Amino acid sequence: MTKLGSDVTITPEIVAAHGLKPDEYQRFLSLLGRTPTITELGICSAMWNEHCSYKSSKKWLKQLHTKGKRVLIGPGENAGVIDIDDGQAIVFKMESHNHPSFIEPYQGSATGVGGILRDVFTMGARPIAALNALRFGSPDHPKTRHLVSGVVAGVGGYGNSFGVPTIGGEVNFHESYNGNILVNAMAVGIADKDKLFLSKAQGVGLPVVYLGAKTGRDGIHGATMASAEFDDKAEEKRPTVQVGDPFTEKCLLEACLELMASGAVIAIQDMGAAGLTSSAVEMGAKSDLGIELDLDKVPCREEGMTAYEMMLSESQERMLMVLRPELEKQAEAIFHKWGLDFAIIGKTTNTLRFVIKHEGEVKADLPIKQMGDLAPEYDRPWVEPKKLPFLTDVPAPADLKAAIMKIMGSPDMCSRRWVWEQYDSLIGSNTAQIPGGDAGVMRVGPNKAIAVSTDVTPRYVQADPFEGGKQAVAETWRNLTCVGADPIAITDNLNFGNPEKPEIMGQIVMALKGIDAACRALDYPVVSGNVSLYNETNGQAILPTPAIGGVGLLKDLSKMTTKHFKTAGDVILLVGGHGTHLGQSIYLREIFGREEGAPPPVDLAVEKKHGDFIRRLINSRSLTAVHDISDGGLVTAVIEMALPSNLGAVLDDVDYVALFAEDQARYVITATPENAAKILESEMPVQKIGTVNASPTITIGKIEITIADLRQVHEDWFPKYMAG
Amino acid sequence: MKSAVITFPGINRERDMMMALEATTGIKPISVWHAEATLPDVDLVVVPGGFSYGDYLRCGAIAARSPIMADIKAKVLKGLKVLGVCNGFQIITEAGLLPGALVRNAGLKFVCREVRLKVENTNTYFTNKMAKGQIISCPVAHGEGNYICDAETLKELEGEGRVVFRYAEGSNPNGALNDIAGIVNAKGNVIGMMPHPENMIEPLHGKQDCLALFESLLAA
Repeated sequence: MTKLGSDVTITPEIVAAHGLKPDEYQRFLSLLGRTPTITELGICSAMWNEHCSYKSSKKWLKQLHTKGKRVLIGPGENAGVIDIDDGQAIVFKMESHNHPSFIEPYQGSATGVGGILRDVFTMGARPIAALNALRFGSPDHPKTRHLVSGVVAGVGGYGNSFGVPTIGGEVNFHESYNGNILVNAMAVGIADKDKLFLSKAQGVGLPVVYLGAKTGRDGIHGATMASAEFDDKAEEKRPTVQVGDPFTEKCLLEACLELMASGAVIAIQDMGAAGLTSSAVEMGAKSDLGIELDLDKVPCREEGMTAYEMMLSESQERMLMVLRPELEKQAEAIFHKWGLDFAIIGKTTNTLRFVIKHEGEVKADLPIKQMGDLAPEYDRPWVEPKKLPFLTDVPAPADLKAAIMKIMGSPDMCSRRWVWEQYDSLIGSNTAQIPGGDAGVMRVGPNKAIAVSTDVTPRYVQADPFEGGKQAVAETWRNLTCVGADPIAITDNLNFGNPEKPEIMGQIVMALKGIDAACRALDYPVVSGNVSLYNETNGQAILPTPAIGGVGLLKDLSKMTTKHFKTAGDVILLVGGHGTHLGQSIYLREIFGREEGAPPPVDLAVEKKHGDFIRRLINSRSLTAVHDISDGGLVTAVIEMALPSNLGAVLDDVDYVALFAEDQARYVITATPENAAKILESEMPVQKIGTVNASPTITIGKIEITIADLRQVHEDWFPKYMAG
Repeated sequence: MKSAVITFPGINRERDMMMALEATTGIKPISVWHAEATLPDVDLVVVPGGFSYGDYLRCGAIAARSPIMADIKAKVLKGLKVLGVCNGFQIITEAGLLPGALVRNAGLKFVCREVRLKVENTNTYFTNKMAKGQIISCPVAHGEGNYICDAETLKELEGEGRVVFRYAEGSNPNGALNDIAGIVNAKGNVIGMMPHPENMIEPLHGKQDCLALFESLLAA
């Protein structure tokens, strides 16, 4: 064996530039018993950063509820997997691409979508739905319009070309995201449950194969960049952003599925963050195997790439596989048919070492377990945030009609049509509900479907991380319930600031405790997820944003419900009673400019009781429309039910608190008068609050607002803002 | 009625089209890979939608030069029926089977929405079960569906009744010349259209307005 090649002297500055803290570097030195080569330092930096190692959050993530009777594969693989009967499995995960999308919105968001799609098809699933949760700065911030435009085009550009329907998501604005937007992408795939593929390999001396696109100098240190705070020079980091190629990804999907069907694949891992390094280390560490790579064999897009560059490149649309040696030729033919690279670049070993050779020299020789699943883990100090008081001083609006109009036309409450019309929501011919409803619904069998929704209310999490964490989970559960689905499991995408600050760590810990409490109470486990920390610019953190993606099952698609009014004369019922909480409400913020008070608490037992009641009513075909009450309260819910239908509503004359309160576990439903009479006899807290009206107006006591006026303010804001 | 659906790398609505053809004609279409030199013996060839070769050069330009296109062109001369939808319309236009070109949407953005189409010519194999002037709903999903052609070609298309579908008033999603959504060649055996009829044929799709298009194929 030749000696370890290193032509760069490792200085403290170089170590710091790799994002390693002095104590972490000491730990690395003692592991090696010598000074690392530059390639080794790069590999360590890539594996031990927050993004890949989860070192600040692991302790708390381990405590999450992850078990359930439908869970086939929980956290730790490329994506989570649930059983949906009939031999079918749903594979899903959500992941952030925040920092790259702020620096380069189109490519950053496009490669975010590409990365999450790869996570799903790596497991043998064909992607059938995509969603995204997007958060931008204040609309009047000079960068916001450019970022919205670029991110939406990037999400659409990748998903549309790849050919996956985008059927849901969220878009919100808040000044805390001015210097650090959030782009969270979720993908959902379908597979036969006995044909799932994992990253764990068995066997020594097996070929390690590189597949897909060539390696270039793009995205070097992307994962390290994603693990640091931003300052005003963020844009200088543009070269760390990867460039997406959805065409190659589509070919990679088809080639991988064809290869998996051929029986040649033993293990597979996509190259995402930290590219070749992360995929090879994770595969080896999970399999208790060593891996030896010969970089002379790696297909490169550029000449003269060093070992360091190849190991840290985040070029997209690449896969690493361990194949059955006897089927190598067949595998190669499939990849060549799709115009993709196929190269045997290494082998599995029994040494538990990660060995990198290049141009006749050993460039790295590291203990693989310590780089992967035995990476450092921290128990960071945290403080519990102070509880805020229940607000009692929220005044009535000066003009109720004007307040309703203002809320319906506000940036956070207006129609997102401008966004989702740029996404192909129909490809696949199986879309049962497009964006704009409570949940996206996708047919997966002759009369069977899945429902998906992403939710979180960051202002609630900021005010009370525990209640806010619960609320995010409960809201997805409620949205799935609204379309008639049985909620099954979630993926979480935890976006927070710098965990080295005890108050931020306190948000993380308490939000996770809240998420966990809701998952247990609702029998709704976490099966996959992603953590994005250091979302700060110049020391200013984002609102804590643990985005939750929920998946549910409709066993009988013919019973699916939608939110819009169906027939004049239907009775409008409220489940869960009138609300009293205006703290952290949209009303308080939009009308009085105040973000104050405690958010509405979430009583999980009540949440479960009311949701189960709604699902029973849907299953007995007793309802004509269903919508949950969330942002904006009761009046917003009713208007959202009227807008797509052109029918109006006559509502009881209730006060502004009842109209705008955002108390949880509540639904607005409609039913024929006969069915409504029966529903009102139940033991549940259900009451009549109005009637669907043939005249397209919303009437509340003396106030009348036409649907046409509401539609105009609701539909106008986004296109006008983007044109401005 | 026997049909074939051509797949190029990057095409992504081939499964939708195959599902629709099988559901409406009762016969499973044959999937044909672009690198094949000869078509199987079929009555209809469909070039489906997607992003062949990523639309990286000019949409449809690379696929139009695939090996299978030579055989399609040769058989079109003998009367083979061809339907191109979305990227398929772009490909057969690039291949010279239809006049004009499809350029970037006037709004410069990808558009996925339901539009209304006016049926202008019912004398084709794809519209014979519809009524002239009928308005149907059909979704579009494209970034480059803005049909253009020179004045002489336009005069020809309009004069010979070769505009098969027009976006109904207020429904043009891409700025297409004369609201053109679909056209037919002079011989009447090659149709190209931007909207996706395969996505509006069953109750799940909300409406079944495009079922008549596939029923027309069976009657032809």
